[in-house]
This record gives sequence, C-alpha cells and structure tokens, in this order.
Amino acid sequence: MIDTAGLVEIRWHGRGGQGAVTSAELLAQAAINENKYAQAFPAFGAERRGAPVVAFVRIDSNKPIWVRAEIDEPDIVVVLDPGLLRVVDVASGLKSNGILVINTPKEAREVREEFSLNCALATVDATKIARELLGVPIVNTSMIGALLKAREVTKLESLLEPLRHRFGRLADRNISAMQKAYKETTVGGQES
Amino acid sequence: MTQRVGIEVSRSIAIAVKLANVDVVSAYPITPQTHIVEDISELVANGELDASYIPVESEHSAMSACLGASAVGARTFTATAGQGLELMHEVLYVASFMRLPIVMAVADRALSAPISIWGDHSDVMAVRDTGWIQIFAANGQETFDNVLCAFRIAEDRRVLLPVMIHLDGFQLTHVIEPIYILESSEVDKFLPPHEYPLPLDPDRPITMGGLAPPNIYTETKKAQQVNLTAAKEVILQAWKEFGDIFGRYYSPVESYRCEGAKVILLAMGSFSETAMSAVDSMREEGKEVGLIKLCLWRPFPFAELRQAVKDADTLLVLDRALSFGGPGGPVASEIRSALYGLDKRPKVIGFVGGLGGRVISPSGFREIINRGIEISQAGSEQEFEMFGVRE
Repeated sequence: MIDTAGLVEIRWHGRGGQGAVTSAELLAQAAINENKYAQAFPAFGAERRGAPVVAFVRIDSNKPIWVRAEIDEPDIVVVLDPGLLRVVDVASGLKSNGILVINTPKEAREVREEFSLNCALATVDATKIARELLGVPIVNTSMIGALLKAREVTKLESLLEPLRHRFGRLADRNISAMQKAYKETTVGGQES
Repeated sequence: MTQRVGIEVSRSIAIAVKLANVDVVSAYPITPQTHIVEDISELVANGELDASYIPVESEHSAMSACLGASAVGARTFTATAGQGLELMHEVLYVASFMRLPIVMAVADRALSAPISIWGDHSDVMAVRDTGWIQIFAANGQETFDNVLCAFRIAEDRRVLLPVMIHLDGFQLTHVIEPIYILESSEVDKFLPPHEYPLPLDPDRPITMGGLAPPNIYTETKKAQQVNLTAAKEVILQAWKEFGDIFGRYYSPVESYRCEGAKVILLAMGSFSETAMSAVDSMREEGKEVGLIKLCLWRPFPFAELRQAVKDADTLLVLDRALSFGGPGGPVASEIRSALYGLDKRPKVIGFVGGLGGRVISPSGFREIINRGIEISQAGSEQEFEMFGVRE
C-alpha cells in the first residue's frame, strides 16, 4: 500500500476532450483545500481532440513540491479510455506497490489477462455512469471517484467545492457521477 | 482575508493585475499567449476590473499601445512570451528610455526555428539589454507577489522604469499549485495609486523620446545606466516592505544550503527549486554543495552575488539559453565577468541545458553538480558543456 502521508504521484491518461486535465486540476485543488501541497499540469504540447493526452498530479501532505518534471514512476495511474490500453503503455513506470485505475465495462480479471497486467487494479464502468447521469460519455469526474476509492489521496468531500466551482449548474450531476463511481469501483490487489 | 487557493499560475497573475487595479492592458491574444491576458480580458468584460483592454494585431503593436497608455499616466500591463517578446524587441528600448513604468509578465519560452512553444530562457536573454528591470520568479507565489512588487517598483518616482517578471513557460504558467491570494485592501496598503509626474497632456505638450544627435545621445545613455543601476535600492526597499507586510521576503540573490559549500550551483527560475532537492540529497551524503537562485537579473546584483559566492571554490552556472559561437550561456559569461576582478574568486563552470522544454530532474542536477566537480579538478578543453544532449 502506498503511503498517502508522503508524496503521491498520479498520472492520468485520456483522450483530448475527455477531461483528464480537468480531473487533475480538480484533484489538486481538493488536496490544496485540505491544506496539503499539490501540483497539477498537463503534458505540454499541442492539444488535439481525440488524441491521447496525459496529465499529472503530485500531492504532498508535508512539504512544498519542488519537482516540476513529468511523472515517470507514478504511484497511481488513471485511465479514462479503455481503448488507450491498446495504444499506450499506461502502466509504464508504475511503482511496484502502485495501482492502475481503469474505466472499463470488463472484469478486472479479463483486463489483466488481455493486457498482461500484474499490478494492482481498480475497475469501474465509468462510461456507463457518465452516460446515465450526465448524458454524455465524459468520464473525468467519475474517474475521480474511482481513484479515491482505490486510494484515498484526498477525502471525497474535498472535491465538492472544486466541482461546484468548475461545473456550475452541471455540478450536481458531476458530483453524483463521482459518488456513484466511488461506490461501484472494484479494487483488487496485485496478482499473486 | 488572504486565501490559499489551488490555481494555475497564469490565472493568479490575472488576479494580481486586477488587485493592482490597472488602467490599461494591451496584448496580442494568440499563441504564444497564456491564460494571463485571456483571464484579464474576461475580468474587464465582466466589469470586475475597470480597465481598457486593447487587443491588437501583434506584440509590436501591444507594446506600442502600452507606451501611449503609460505616457498619459495610466497603470499599464501586458504579457507575452517567446516569439512575441522578440516581435516587441525594438519597442522595449523605447519604453525604458522614455521612463514608462509598464509591467510585463513574460512566460519564458524557446525561440524558433525549429518551431518550439516550450520553455527556456532564449527569449529573455535576447532582451537583456533593453533597459528594463528584470526579475525571475521560481514558483507561483513568487510570481504573484512580484507582479504586485513590479508596479510598486516601476512607478516609484526614483525609478520610473518598465519591469519584466519572468516565469518559466509551462513549468510555471500551466501549473496549478497553492498560492496565497491577497485581498485588495491588503494590496492597497502596499501599492499606492499611480501618479505619473510628467504625463502627456494636450494642454501642456511635451516631446518624449525625440531626436538625439551625436552631441547628446551618449549623455542620454549614461543617464539611463545611472537610473537603472540606482533602481536596485528601490527594489530592495519594495521587497523589504512587502515582506514586512505579508511575511514573504525576496532578495536579488538567494542562497540555499550554501553554508560551508565549496561547490555552488547557480540557477534561475523554476529549475532552481528542482535543483534544491538535488542539493538536499547530496548534503545528506555529506557533500558540501549549495545552490544560488539569481532572482534579480537587471539591474545585475554585483555586490550580492560576490558576497554569496565568496567562500566557494567552484561555481557552476546553468544557462537555459545559448550564445551561439560564443562563450556558452549568457548568464555564465556575466557571472565570470562580475567575479573576474576579485583577488579570490571561484572557478566558474558553465552548463547549458533545459532548452526548448527539456526538463532537468533532481538526478539530472546531481549529474551536473558531479560533472562540475570533475571539471573543476581535471579541467576541460571546452568553454562550457551542454547537459543531457544526445550526440
């Protein structure tokens, strides 16, 4: 298990337009509202809708974050689009005690076999939740819920204010999606 | 009340500009821009900031509009980066000579070609000699605070010079981090209303920046040199007063763990914080290394630099820009020159790295420091080394 009292490094994989960068920002804001130190930023480049994108979050409960490099050895990886598993090595550099949080309609066991993953896995059908509650397959807020179920890097309640601020009249639906995904996420251990 | 907020550094600058209650902002709103002027345009459109926002067709025009606004006594702000700063180049000299206290945030970036939108200090170094006060921020808080300090320094009657606040493109501009955002009543305690002593006025016509034939041009340049050099005292005072009110103190040269350090690395901007973590880990191994953050670039802090390195044997300088065909990095050459006349001085070893968005990690900084120690002992045939380059 990772030590959430020290530095936690989280990498988000999505596609342009899915809100991976927004998720990273909201999570950092929640951590900062808990009086922690945190940092969020996208992989810098030319953003294009639909293309694979990466975003990063560092959270440290104790001290300011001085490192501004991209995260090569994350504690947690969040994957917003299951299709990316075929395109990007999302588990690259994942720490041995880290966890991969995936949006997928499949069972963790199936995903593990299909992509030969031996790290700890958490899975949730976030696309279904987003379609049901938001009417669109934008899974970023659902995947924040999934991440927090996998590892409590901030309290779920700490996301409420940042979500309200960001989404305005759409906030309630996004909060419901986050909470539903939190409930429905299955968290497994490493393959034994 | 001051609030600790998780906010993108660019957006916090827009808030600082609002808190400074600027009168005119003129900017070119297309790449390479940041959220700085995008947010300011929204604040003006929403009526949250009572200012004129003048969108223009190029950075050359942006700075030209700033000249006019500042000359009539308006508190004036703009922001740019990379190619945009280069397109402003000739107008920058006009702002400083005409004593126009414009404040500009520069999101430092590489220059094309090849096309790069990513961060380094090539753009800054190309405008080194434009006569502006230039301050480097290492994180979001330093950027926010120094934008406020910049207005105070620029508009001081003893100064009346434009100020650039440098923040690293992407590594700072695009990062969300905790920043203490001040209240306007607190800012008002520090930043008095702007009263420009000789504004353009149709009823009292004056000429600014007129013709200077050979019999006067040299004297105007001497005056400019005296003026910019003397601004350092005012900068120190402004930082001291900012610290006394808000508890965060700034200085031209900041030392980190330099006590007893025989080897010191000098860096600027956000990379200096990364280097601090490398220094921490090397100190734990018992290596006597330290770090210097050069925060004030112009006027150059000669006395503070000499004091900071007086006990070191080796001074490593990291440049994020390259003077092609010359002595390597522009910062290293200035530092060598600043120390050359001293009887006892450290050996200065230059490194160029972090170009065009290439990040240097803490372990990268360890490599730089170790390599610097090696060169100081064994010597090198090169004027400088490029770090992390694939050959």
